[in-house]
Amino acid sequence: MTAVNPAAVAAALQAALPGALEQTVEFRGETTVIVPRDRVLEVLAFLRDQATPRLVALTAVTAVDRLPEEPRFEVVYLLTSYDPPARLRVKTRLPAEDPVVASATALWPAADWLEREVYDLFGIRFGGHPDLTRILMPDDWEGHPLRKDYPLVEEPVEFVGRVPKVPSEIIPKVPPKGQ
Amino acid sequence: MAAQSRETLTLNMGPQHPATHGVLRLVLELEGEVIVGARPVIGYLHTGIEKEMETRTYHQNIVFPPRVEYLATMIEEVAYVQTVEKLMEITPPQRCQYIRVILMELSRIASHLVYLGSAGIDMNITSLWMYTFVPREKILDIFEMVSGQRMMHGYMRVGGLQWDVPEGFAARVRAEMEELPRRLDEFEALLTDNLIWRKRLEGVAVLSAEDALRYGCTGPILRGSGVNYDVRKAFPYSSYEDFEFDVPLGTRGDAFDRYTVRMEEMRQSRRIILQALDRLPAGPVNVDDRKVTLPPRRELVRSMEAVIHQFKLVSEGFHPPRGEVYAAVESPRGEKGYYIVSDGGNRPLRVHIRTPSLCNLQALPVMILRGYMADVVVAIASIDIILGDVDR
Repeated sequence: MTAVNPAAVAAALQAALPGALEQTVEFRGETTVIVPRDRVLEVLAFLRDQATPRLVALTAVTAVDRLPEEPRFEVVYLLTSYDPPARLRVKTRLPAEDPVVASATALWPAADWLEREVYDLFGIRFGGHPDLTRILMPDDWEGHPLRKDYPLVEEPVEFVGRVPKVPSEIIPKVPPKGQ
Repeated sequence: MAAQSRETLTLNMGPQHPATHGVLRLVLELEGEVIVGARPVIGYLHTGIEKEMETRTYHQNIVFPPRVEYLATMIEEVAYVQTVEKLMEITPPQRCQYIRVILMELSRIASHLVYLGSAGIDMNITSLWMYTFVPREKILDIFEMVSGQRMMHGYMRVGGLQWDVPEGFAARVRAEMEELPRRLDEFEALLTDNLIWRKRLEGVAVLSAEDALRYGCTGPILRGSGVNYDVRKAFPYSSYEDFEFDVPLGTRGDAFDRYTVRMEEMRQSRRIILQALDRLPAGPVNVDDRKVTLPPRRELVRSMEAVIHQFKLVSEGFHPPRGEVYAAVESPRGEKGYYIVSDGGNRPLRVHIRTPSLCNLQALPVMILRGYMADVVVAIASIDIILGDVDR
């Protein structure tokens, strides 16, 4: 089995759905297509049913919080074709004050838990999801832990002489070079 | 004519239940003994590993992966480091890649042996657990010999290994591989033609190929349903393209097919290990890049430059370029992928772990619906979930 060049799939997408492709990013041999959020479902359906090769499997749905950039959130869908092997990443950007995108549960039942996880950890809502509730955190939890403004703290301990230390303070964050 | 009572009973199973392989909770709707509704409840083992990984440097993060999928620890470590390597465009030396393949396949055998043992317990063959743990312990002994740890090794490094394998490693792995077929034959003699085993597994927890695709199942679940997808073949990593091996497939997609697929996978893993041992190249195990690899100990007393590199790597870590990558390995449960986003700093901006158990478990209600209560246990055992892998 030889892997198909995913850039060709992105080109086909551009031709079939004009205007649905904001940007194509190539990095380390991987292709990411960035689409506007109101056309995500259309693009996913095209890639699953009409692209060559058909990207039949929804391998992952996740999100990235780019605080303080705006638009703040990125929702990432990873699609895979098994035979011939090919991968394509579909990404959409969501603003901080209104992080909502249509649910892909109608296309893949696999999206159910994956989207619930993104909702639970990022607070991104998926319109049309049948049961958008917390999945990993307890039902009564407040906040969305994977957001960048959600602090990672250690629980207080009562040992004398031990100052609780947040793990992130052990090696300081060094910003990217040239900034 | 009196209408038959259609009353259903809601039954809670778990999270503390010996047959749920950890802390899985199932809310079952029962009509008599038949399951008419099932809702898995997860999250009891959520430890926030993805959040923790954002707060540590790339090398510090190596401790987390083996704690996610704790039965296939070597595979898990490679899954993480190879993603960072892809991000930084590093190719580890061939010797390192071959050693990784040997350790990963040993890990796969060890994990499948635990599957077999725990599936045996679930079907009341408790002695099987003892039998399967003999070869598994011997594999863990090999890991201890290599890394100093039985389970949480921390043996992989970005761009290589902690150190080369010790003397006598090849002989020991060979001796274990000599022994393995006899053991597997023993298990198969005990199980494959065992009437009880077959009756409990055949035609139970059936998942069609179509459903397996729709639910994003991978690994022995997908292959048991007859779909030929193995990350080692489709997207080769760590020199898997150098080795000859077959991908066993099932036809009916039931629990018995998953069992036969896993048994055959162990034999294929042995085949890969023997090929890798035969062709194990000599040479270094780490990339020759001091911005990534720690300098050898003996240089620290002679070279100021080595001391500076050591200090920078330990106190700050390295800075991969901006960008995002996804790389996957074939874990014993399916496609295990790491998605790492870098902003150019010394820590990842985001690490997402694509875990096979989560997607496989999501298909559990499809497998057990309209089946009997007693088959739920068989279905869970045939998925071979690890809750650490589901919840992270």
